[in-house]
Amino acid sequence: MSVDRSGKVKMMQGNQACAEGAIAAGCRFFAGYPITPSSEIAETMSRNLPGIGGKFIQMEDELGAMGATIGASLTGVKSMTATSGPGFSLKQENIGYACMAEVPCVIVNVMRGGPSTGMPTLPSQMDVQQARWGTHGDHSIIALVACSAQETYEQTVRAFNLAERFMTPVILLLDEIVGHTTEKVVIPDQSDIEIVSREKPEESPEDYLPYRETETGIPVLAKFGTGYRYNVTGLCHDSTGFPTNDSEEIEKNIRRIVRKIEDNRNQIIDYREKMTGDAEVIIFAYGSVSRSARSAVAMCREEGIKAGILEPTVIWPFCYNKVRELAEQVNTFVVPEMNLGQMAREVKLGVEGKAEVVSLNRIDGEPIKPAQIVEKVKEVV
Amino acid sequence: MFNYLKFIRTRNFPHIWCPGCGDGIILKALIRAIDGLDISRDEAVMVSGIGCSSRTPGYVDINTLHTTHGRALPFATGVKHASPDLNVIVVTGDGDATAIGGNHYIHAARRNINLTVLLYNNYIYGMTGGQCSPTTPRGDRASTAPYGNIEPPFNTAGLAISAGASFVARADVYNVKRCEKMIRQALEKDGFSLVEILTPCPTAYGRRNRMANPVKLMEWLRDNTVPVQKWEKLSPEEREGKVRVGVLADTEKPEFTAEYRKLIERVQGE
Repeated sequence: MSVDRSGKVKMMQGNQACAEGAIAAGCRFFAGYPITPSSEIAETMSRNLPGIGGKFIQMEDELGAMGATIGASLTGVKSMTATSGPGFSLKQENIGYACMAEVPCVIVNVMRGGPSTGMPTLPSQMDVQQARWGTHGDHSIIALVACSAQETYEQTVRAFNLAERFMTPVILLLDEIVGHTTEKVVIPDQSDIEIVSREKPEESPEDYLPYRETETGIPVLAKFGTGYRYNVTGLCHDSTGFPTNDSEEIEKNIRRIVRKIEDNRNQIIDYREKMTGDAEVIIFAYGSVSRSARSAVAMCREEGIKAGILEPTVIWPFCYNKVRELAEQVNTFVVPEMNLGQMAREVKLGVEGKAEVVSLNRIDGEPIKPAQIVEKVKEVV
Repeated sequence: MFNYLKFIRTRNFPHIWCPGCGDGIILKALIRAIDGLDISRDEAVMVSGIGCSSRTPGYVDINTLHTTHGRALPFATGVKHASPDLNVIVVTGDGDATAIGGNHYIHAARRNINLTVLLYNNYIYGMTGGQCSPTTPRGDRASTAPYGNIEPPFNTAGLAISAGASFVARADVYNVKRCEKMIRQALEKDGFSLVEILTPCPTAYGRRNRMANPVKLMEWLRDNTVPVQKWEKLSPEEREGKVRVGVLADTEKPEFTAEYRKLIERVQGE
């Protein structure tokens, strides 16, 4: 697929849409390692980046790909890597580094089944909790999902914008169905795409503190090579960026890193809802499953069952408030997902006991079909 | 007298290194080498992994990046590939580069990306308390080899040469002038340039191996390092137990970022 950003309709895979969205967002560096079902993202980047002066590199392993992505970003170049489950596990070490050192970058995980090598060519949603807690230590994270090639394009742009705005790694979770389905994508005109880029320090290098306390908690990191000679480390550090053992400074800095996302969660969280107004049962679905869920809602309505749908497009931070609000009105949430109930845990936390939460799980590499969801809804209404 | 202060972040002193450690000697040699080449501090980046050696960047007033264990080379690769105008120096140790970071080490050398890598070899994991490393000599004791190390050590410089590095040298902190010269040559070289620098660790290595006195370790370096020219004249018996120092490889090979620049020009020209 050639690079064409003239507002045309194109047929492409979700993985290709991801690469196209990244380039539209300003991504000019990609480091990756081959892994099914994400390799088309790396392949598309290797083909399209050189023509626009961008850089691609195939690293020796997933750990290296994550490290190179962070290194490139510190020089001010928007950077991305892409992988699948086993590679996502290996990337966790340096995802934690990016959280701690507050280096913006985008990590795409085209989910396949697990644990371990699992099902390389089949879909799952088994990494949604790993996206939240995969790296060690207390931290916050932003993770997005997409259900189609079109949405993958848009969510990739959004992932970069959130990374640059909040100075943090952002994870985009696709699944094998989304990554490998070829479908229509309307590529907007470049001038219609909102692009966010990280702020530059206003103060002089002499007065510059990379990790100073700010109102938003978001730091302003200068690009390497621009005269601000500061230190970046994964060790607990103070506002100067140098390691510290001062307990007060340690606590202040880690709380700020968590706060900059948690305090701004209302600006990050996003979801779609349909037919929730009079709903008695809510289907909570995300990724490719939400497409089956939409059909299921329509089928339920035809049979007179008042079903509605809540589809988060951002899964971390989680939309607890929205779930709580709907729990006041409905009796039951049905949560179909291609894992053993990973997001159902969060929905249960969200309802605070005010509604029942019922899981519908598939972990055999087969998609969840609309009829299965309808059947589950009928069991509970 | 040479003024080190313009390169030093004095706010981070005193440094963390133990008395008798050679890492400070390398720091000073590196600063003299950088100064001699008139490298801009704003456009220099020092990247390190984890360990005693990897604390070096904290003391140097340039752009500094202290990364995760073994991963200095991938981070540095990202910096250099994304922004090739920056001068990128990597500081690592024997455990960091050849154990947990071993895969990155051979592939960065194979790629021949223009990085200057200083590998501080103290034969031990110093920071974590003296565990065996891939360069601990056979028979030596370590906190995880209380009965003596049964594994053979890596030839770290040889590994880089066979992987494809265009410049490889070995130096030691006893012969300080040579150390500085090797670092300067590595900085000047366009390509993956490694200087393995032998440096004593009296605290974690010497104490367990009858060389607790730092002077003994320095004397060991003095008595057992052989310059390459002299090495050629030694018989196999005479070479036994000795370490060759000096420039071990210096070849012209395509450099990664230059090759990528050509690739961009080729693609854009099509």
